[in-house]
Amino acid sequence: MATHRIQITVNGEAKEGQVESRLLLVHFLRENLRLTGTHIGCDTSHCGACTVLLDGQPVKSCTFLAVQADGHQITTVEGLEQNGKLHPVQEGFWEKHGLQCGFCTPGMMLTSCALLNRNRNPSEAEIREAISGNLCRCTGYVNIVKAVQYAAEKLQKEEAHA
Amino acid sequence: MPKTSAEVQGMGHSMKRKEDPRFLRGKGNYVDDVQLPGMLHMDIVRSPFAHAKIKSIKTEAALKVPGVLAVITGETLAKYNLHWMPTLMSDTQMVLPVEKVMYQSQEVAAVIATDRYAAADGVEAVEVEYDPLPVVIDPWEAIKPGAPVLRTDKKGKEDNKIFHWEVGDRSGTDKAFKDAEVTVKQDIYLPRIHVASIETCGCVADFDKVNGKLTVYMTTQAPHAIRTVFALVAGHVGLSEEKIRIIAPDIGGGFGGKVPVYPGYVIAVAASVVIGKPVKWVEDRMENLQADSFARDYHMTAELAAKKDGTITALRIKTLADHGYADAAANPSKFPAGLFSVCTGSYDVKKAFAEVDGVYTNKPPGGIAYRCSFRVTEAAHAIERITDVLAQELKMDPADLRMKNFIKKEQFPYKAALGWEYDSGDYHAALKKAMDKIGYAELRKEQAEKRARGELMGIGICSFTEIVGAGPSKHFDILGIKMFDSAEIRVHPTGKAIARFGTKSQGQGHETTYAQIVAEELGIPAAHVQVEEGDTDTAPYGLGTYASRSTPVAGAAGALAARKIREKAKKIAAHLLEASEEDLVWETGKFSVKGAPGRSKTIQEIAFAAYTNHPQGMEAGLEAISYYDPPNLTFPFGSYICVVDIDRGTGMVKIRRFVAVDDCGNIINPMIVDGQIHGGLTMGMAPALLEEITYDESGNIQGGSFMDYLVPTSMETPSWELDKTTTPSPHHPFGAKGVGESATVGAPPAIANAVVDALSHLGVKHIDIPITPEKVWKILKEKGVAE
Ligand code: FES
Ligand code: FES
Repeated sequence: MATHRIQITVNGEAKEGQVESRLLLVHFLRENLRLTGTHIGCDTSHCGACTVLLDGQPVKSCTFLAVQADGHQITTVEGLEQNGKLHPVQEGFWEKHGLQCGFCTPGMMLTSCALLNRNRNPSEAEIREAISGNLCRCTGYVNIVKAVQYAAEKLQKEEAHA
Repeated sequence: MPKTSAEVQGMGHSMKRKEDPRFLRGKGNYVDDVQLPGMLHMDIVRSPFAHAKIKSIKTEAALKVPGVLAVITGETLAKYNLHWMPTLMSDTQMVLPVEKVMYQSQEVAAVIATDRYAAADGVEAVEVEYDPLPVVIDPWEAIKPGAPVLRTDKKGKEDNKIFHWEVGDRSGTDKAFKDAEVTVKQDIYLPRIHVASIETCGCVADFDKVNGKLTVYMTTQAPHAIRTVFALVAGHVGLSEEKIRIIAPDIGGGFGGKVPVYPGYVIAVAASVVIGKPVKWVEDRMENLQADSFARDYHMTAELAAKKDGTITALRIKTLADHGYADAAANPSKFPAGLFSVCTGSYDVKKAFAEVDGVYTNKPPGGIAYRCSFRVTEAAHAIERITDVLAQELKMDPADLRMKNFIKKEQFPYKAALGWEYDSGDYHAALKKAMDKIGYAELRKEQAEKRARGELMGIGICSFTEIVGAGPSKHFDILGIKMFDSAEIRVHPTGKAIARFGTKSQGQGHETTYAQIVAEELGIPAAHVQVEEGDTDTAPYGLGTYASRSTPVAGAAGALAARKIREKAKKIAAHLLEASEEDLVWETGKFSVKGAPGRSKTIQEIAFAAYTNHPQGMEAGLEAISYYDPPNLTFPFGSYICVVDIDRGTGMVKIRRFVAVDDCGNIINPMIVDGQIHGGLTMGMAPALLEEITYDESGNIQGGSFMDYLVPTSMETPSWELDKTTTPSPHHPFGAKGVGESATVGAPPAIANAVVDALSHLGVKHIDIPITPEKVWKILKEKGVAE
């Protein structure tokens, strides 16, 4: 099987790999780089547990080949905390009990980050729509919505102070 | 009960979860995250047929695939007599088949390879030749005389019946029906569904040849029971219980689906033992939906007898239970139909009789729970639906009918007709609260106005009673192991503690709530109580987490172990204070001398003394263990009201509002309880409106992937409105009842009742769940009201 040399910036660090054409991005992250925060929950691109950001946009890394990410920037859950400080979205999920088993949480948080990056003040309907490609079996979504609202407020406050 | 301080965070504090920091950072440790040196990967060849003879399995081509090391078949396992295994219900189930397959997607062979891609390539290359056999899918066909006998492995078996179970006063009930002024009867089907936790099942089996020790990292809700089962099943090949270590790491949702032993686990263990290297098996979503144990599949006929004024006099239910090809239900051993006998629900029904017949079909085995205590959802659906059918028959408001028949507060403890003793309840208060909160009277007015305009709006009520916390060891065991649970607490010299339990959280937040229990009892801040579960080498023996039993049973053990510690602490305090024990009083975190509040010793000081200055003649240390055998089950309850609007053009049901009033007794962490109810309601809505697994007549599964098995997204899920009443359990050490599953039990009938209510003026009496737009649209069309 043909292999390819790829270079991906993951959470700000340059990473290299020699990978098979068919290797999925999610397996590259989980197995080659041992970043196991990105999860796998299905085989039909429905659950979103594998969501990462590709140049800031959420993608389902189970439906994306590692070679397609060559030359791009990837953010995984492990990259959300900066200088020992949780991202406001992480803080919101903790404060508002937006997670139970935690399996959907990394994907859910990255999708939420992408939403907040394009819309600092989303309505409940906009939040629900943004996360509709991420399944959560535990929380019933109510507290996830609250967590994103918490993060939105916090980001707005931080920006007002800056 | 006065609350402890914000520092201690005992009962009643909405403490932020202690387990969250790792999950938020992507540092959880789920089974698929486990990576061991030299680890191999396993993938499984599955049957395309629902019933077929296996003519041959050719493995040569697969063995030539780069990276493939071995192919395991039923023949391989048969050499060790491991090709069959017992189920929890003392039936038998294949690990890998030797002669024939019994359902589509059944395991046929396993490929072991150096990585998961190579293993998948190997699966593609295994050639299996089948000879299809007649398929029995419909359980009503399966019980007919002359139906093909499926379990030909059972010598002398001449039909497809598994069990007949009955409870209650048959003749008394029949008489009550004969004498009744009004009777109603309704067929109610609860379809096959799947828990579909977002993490699928899997394991890493690691057999250390040198030490003869087997370690299995495994998605299991009951690690200790699994260890014993492994020892019993594989004792004859040399696996001995002290050399088996089951580790349930972080679990990505369980809901009952991670109680059984699936063939994949056993094959991975066998592979690791034979090859001597760690073997990882993680099923994919389709395997999970198509082959793991299902829930429900109950064909019920429910009947009520009543007086004209609405007083219910008798209940009768007959059920056909489709168990697939093996009875692999996860019930306590003496209860083939679980706790279905709670089907008299919240009502004072004097005469009742229920019977269930289990039957084999060519479907995956099971009969596990879907986030509910053993068949309680089935029971609640039957009684709550048939109660509405009666209300409709009598032209009575369903709320009035319920209020009239509820067991009264002063009747508790209440002995139900089918044998249970309900511990405590106040059903009138819960329903009243729900009605006030949602504005029931105004909604009925609005409904009448809308009806006049041709709009379809419905209001549905469900007032359920659950039965959880199994259970008293007199009646409850799994394969003979009594259903107690355990806690072990050790207080360290610096006054911090570690607490280990026999249960296993799958997202319920035990690391937080158990710490709060210890904090409440000992005054050690919950932040300094480290909770551990899931490792059989360290945790005390327990039966695990399912059926909402963690707080009622293991939580109680935690409180009692803490109280034992307090007893010893008192002796040490008396020694330190040079006072007699009788003169000491306890208030959170310290013992003081009565009348001399300045003379006191904190639990931290006492803990230090337990290791540095303990009284002569007393053993050093401050620790205790408790195995709690509950005197009775607990009976959480609640009243739910749902308002739906139906689109006459599409048949789409929209939940406009949903008010849930729950009563789970005393609450440890209100934030976590609300979270459990939100999740439970969503998993109640799921089968009510969306989820179902069906089969065509050849046994092909429909709904075997997330393409068509519709797990609710944020779009369908409403914003649940919660409230509560608090009726403590009189027999539980801190008055708790358990809450994880109430909402899954209570939500489906509330939604179904709302939809039927919206259509009742058209003569609709019942709709089986899931109530899909297609089903509703067909009814609208038939009644001539579709737009
Ligand atoms: S794993 Fe389910 S969408 Fe990627
Ligand atoms: S927290 Fe368990 S799936 Fe979302």
